[in-house]
Amino acid sequence: MYIDPHAHMISRTTDDYEAMAAAGIVALIEPAFWTGQPRTFVGTYVDYLSSIVGWERFRAGQFGIRHYCTIGLNSKEANNEELAEGVMDWLPRFALKEGVVAIGEIGYDEQTPLEDKYFRAQLELAKELHLPVMVHTPHRDKKRGTSRSMDVIEEHGLDPSMVVIDHNNEETVAETLQRGYWAGFSIYPSTKMGNRRMVELLKQYGGERIIVDSACDWGISDPLGVPKTAQLALQSGIPEETVRKVCYGNALAAYGQSGQMHESDWLDPPQIDQRTLFNDNSILRGGREPVIGDTAGTRRGGLIIE
Amino acid sequence: MPTADAVLRDIVLTRAGSEAGWVEEILEALRRGAPERDLHIFLGLAPRRLGKADLVPTAAELEAAEAARPGWRIDGWSLDGAARVLALLVHAGQRPFADRFKDLRRTSDVAEMIALYRGLPLYPEPETLHFEVGEGLRSNLKPVFEAIAHDNPFPRDHFDEHRWNHMILKALFVGSRLAPIIGLDERANSELARILREYAHERWAAGRTVTPELWRCVGPYAQDEAALSDLERALSEGGAGARGAALALAASPAPEARQLLEGRAEAEEIAAGRLDWNRLEEAA
Repeated sequence: MYIDPHAHMISRTTDDYEAMAAAGIVALIEPAFWTGQPRTFVGTYVDYLSSIVGWERFRAGQFGIRHYCTIGLNSKEANNEELAEGVMDWLPRFALKEGVVAIGEIGYDEQTPLEDKYFRAQLELAKELHLPVMVHTPHRDKKRGTSRSMDVIEEHGLDPSMVVIDHNNEETVAETLQRGYWAGFSIYPSTKMGNRRMVELLKQYGGERIIVDSACDWGISDPLGVPKTAQLALQSGIPEETVRKVCYGNALAAYGQSGQMHESDWLDPPQIDQRTLFNDNSILRGGREPVIGDTAGTRRGGLIIE
Repeated sequence: MPTADAVLRDIVLTRAGSEAGWVEEILEALRRGAPERDLHIFLGLAPRRLGKADLVPTAAELEAAEAARPGWRIDGWSLDGAARVLALLVHAGQRPFADRFKDLRRTSDVAEMIALYRGLPLYPEPETLHFEVGEGLRSNLKPVFEAIAHDNPFPRDHFDEHRWNHMILKALFVGSRLAPIIGLDERANSELARILREYAHERWAAGRTVTPELWRCVGPYAQDEAALSDLERALSEGGAGARGAALALAASPAPEARQLLEGRAEAEEIAAGRLDWNRLEEAA
């Protein structure tokens, strides 16, 4: 059983959902983010939030995958002040919806004053609602941006155990862990982290407070980032217990602090959910071995479409 | 006779356990016109504090619901959903009900949206809710569509013929059962029968099966040769389809329909009371 605690499924296809379920992913978290192109109306942002608490959750359920999300204003769009002000008004309405496990992903992109302003405002919201926080660390000037994110979080009095610092790399991980945060790693080709590097990091740091995710989105990325990393780690001699922590247990522990994510959600779903919102994935309980195959490719390979 | 909100109140409070006091307190505040924010918070906390268990209503509760609002069925409701609808019912808001409903609907999560639509038969000013109901019917979320279409008397009581017919057609498209639709026989009409027959032709042309339930809305309007020949075809295919076609023929006013049924095993079953629209799939 795996959890992918960072996956932008709104940009992905049903083939991806099928492949993820077949590979043993039982739950995933969809952080609110930017969709590749900035939104220019508050209303489109509101409808986006509504999609990730509703439609996408339903879509995942059809494949036997439990869908959770985080609610927030991302750093890129925080730079449009008119949009940002409007979105901030709506966030409290969404933050308590079913399956919302954190405020996020928030943080810095170019480290502008507006990014700083809305990052801080959302840290306050998370504190008020007792919700965990998912922090996006910047691609550029990463090390400094990551340290600064943690400085600001501490300045606002949040407990590091309630915060996941995501998109870590070899340069940022030591400080993130040393300061008491959960350290997320996004197995994302070319830009963020590769899984061979990830395995090396697991050898060095073990599994405490480390979380592996795919961050799959509209770019060239891999929704099987978590199960593939798990498999590679096991093959490389990383203890099973460590793999289970970083690919399942730690994400559940960190985001479960919201009270909105429980193992029973997928192992023993409530009757009413089973009837309406969640198609039981027999792979979970049938004892079948997870398969990391390219089900999408298999489908494309067939000629007949009925 | 108790009102719908009194019935719902009893149902919720008897299941609220140690949270009953909290629920009563909020309901009282809402009744006195508490701000909408309080309503939003209650709607968010309801599943957290009350849980999401099925209501599993008693026979007496089912009777009370039916008496308060004919056609209102609470079998499939959950406790948090019932509490949410109750809160909305008792809230003395400052804005028109439809405005408040719209606001809640467009920011709702799935379970919340299902609850909001299940409550339709109970809300004030039903004629102001048509736009909102249309949004729910157009939803791609099957359980949201079914919250309106199934076990809910609102469509029977308030839909015009066009909307009614398209709800039935959509139910077939998305694989929803027709039997739980309230008023299915009362609201049958010749236009719907025409649409459904054409739909059956499309399915046959594509080599797909035709849901036997479809014939239920065709039977009473199957009078001309073309309609009867469609039923004859379904009858010849055997199985549940034939059972549906037989029931439809039995409901047809045309004398030829009797002839088509003559000597069929299905006709005997109907006469013996062993075949009806709720027992289509049972083996003969």
